[in-house]
Amino acid sequence: MNALSPGAVDCDIHPGVQGIKTLLPYMDDHWRDHMLRRAADDFDLASYPPRSPLVCREDWRPPQGKAGNSLELMQRQALDAFGLRYAICNPLYGGAVAVSDAMGSAICRAMNDWIAAEWLARDHRLRASIVVPAQAPDLAVEEIERLAPDRRFVQVLLPAAAELLYGKRYYWPIWEAAVRHNLPVGLHAGLAYRYAPTSNGWPSHHLHDYVAASQVFEDQLLSLVTEGTFGRFPTLRIVLIESGVTWLPGFLWRHLKTWRGVRPEVPWVDRPPPEIIREQVRLTMQPFDAPPDPEVVARVVEQIGSDEMLLFATDYPHWQFEGMAAVPAGIPPAVLRKAMQDNPLATYPRLQEAL
Amino acid sequence: MGKHVVAAVSELPPGSRRLATVRGRPIAVFNLDGEFFALVNRCPHQGAGLCEGEVTGLVTADGPGRYRLERPGEIIRCPWHGWEFDIRTGQSWCDPARIRTRQYPVEVTPGSTVVKGPYVAETLSVMVEEDYVVVEV
Ligand code: FES
Repeated sequence: MNALSPGAVDCDIHPGVQGIKTLLPYMDDHWRDHMLRRAADDFDLASYPPRSPLVCREDWRPPQGKAGNSLELMQRQALDAFGLRYAICNPLYGGAVAVSDAMGSAICRAMNDWIAAEWLARDHRLRASIVVPAQAPDLAVEEIERLAPDRRFVQVLLPAAAELLYGKRYYWPIWEAAVRHNLPVGLHAGLAYRYAPTSNGWPSHHLHDYVAASQVFEDQLLSLVTEGTFGRFPTLRIVLIESGVTWLPGFLWRHLKTWRGVRPEVPWVDRPPPEIIREQVRLTMQPFDAPPDPEVVARVVEQIGSDEMLLFATDYPHWQFEGMAAVPAGIPPAVLRKAMQDNPLATYPRLQEAL
Repeated sequence: MGKHVVAAVSELPPGSRRLATVRGRPIAVFNLDGEFFALVNRCPHQGAGLCEGEVTGLVTADGPGRYRLERPGEIIRCPWHGWEFDIRTGQSWCDPARIRTRQYPVEVTPGSTVVKGPYVAETLSVMVEEDYVVVEV
């Protein structure tokens, strides 16, 4: 196991929304009334069924309720245990993917205000992502504008896939707003589930769904590169969260090889795609999908071809590793140091600000 | 290094190309609107004969979806995997800093000069009233 240096930045940690009741105090009269009258609840993401083993490590499960629902537990089990300097909260809940734009937006607003009041205000090590309704870029931009002045929000969060591939012009307003406020955009595993999660329809099992998630990230990178989004927004930073890591080198080789042969199809992609991706994309390190041999891990890190892409993360309380083994053996110490400190500070410039 | 006559100018009209073998090396000679260029006829990727590829223009863009076709006839696409090369410079478009195909200097020389030597004209007979494409290899 790799030693964790104290003062690491955890780029993916999950406070859990116990249920819609948690958010009601942060909703306006209409939405509070609506949720109560309709007894609307269960906005958990289909990608993360609350009882699935993935969603919470057994020794991290709270005595009652949903994974990640207690700040005290998070402090003890993650912030203190790993000696974290900062941790970035990525709450996963249905606001980002609700079918109704208006309802999605109301849930997102409530979540952001809840995170600010009940998490960020209570532990100075916590930072958060702004959750936004991915299905309505204009409302997403409104929410980014509303929260960007609060410097504790360090990122915009989107599900790994929503209505359309993210390179489409439909989403340009979101990238524009993120870039305007120098906020990276995190794409977190989990889908809207209005479209099948694989290109060949619906799988039967959670196992398939979760393993296949890395393909969704490949699609989004392909879309953002080939549609020219990265070129149009050269300061845009995309963080792939919970995407896995070891799929990346093979993808970069395939992408490069094919682009070289058909470059004129996408002439705005005016340099090799791996170069663009190494510059504008970051990945959190849990899960890593590490091979068992530490030497092979080291080789994969070398094949990624940049020591600036990896961001340390525990993915707490998701069950990705046991004990304190948050980092797979074999990551070269210099790379690991960068992943724990320098890379997060560079990716999330707001972490460098004194609040 | 020597100067080798590869064709009479009249045999290589604008827009055409021809493959020559000079000192055992396959060399593709192109006429771009009266200017001549010579590239080794071996793609730096896996060795395909570049001369057999498609000659095209350079597709560029002013941003996503805004295509422009520039420099018609000045780009050759490798017949095997489509890498593009600038006929004027031998530079690739997929990795211009690192990948290029070897280029040779070309000049047009009157037959009257050629016959005096020290030009090598292995495969054609030189007439004083013609102009010749000469590659330095
Ligand atoms: S041999 Fe020319 S592109 Fe592969």
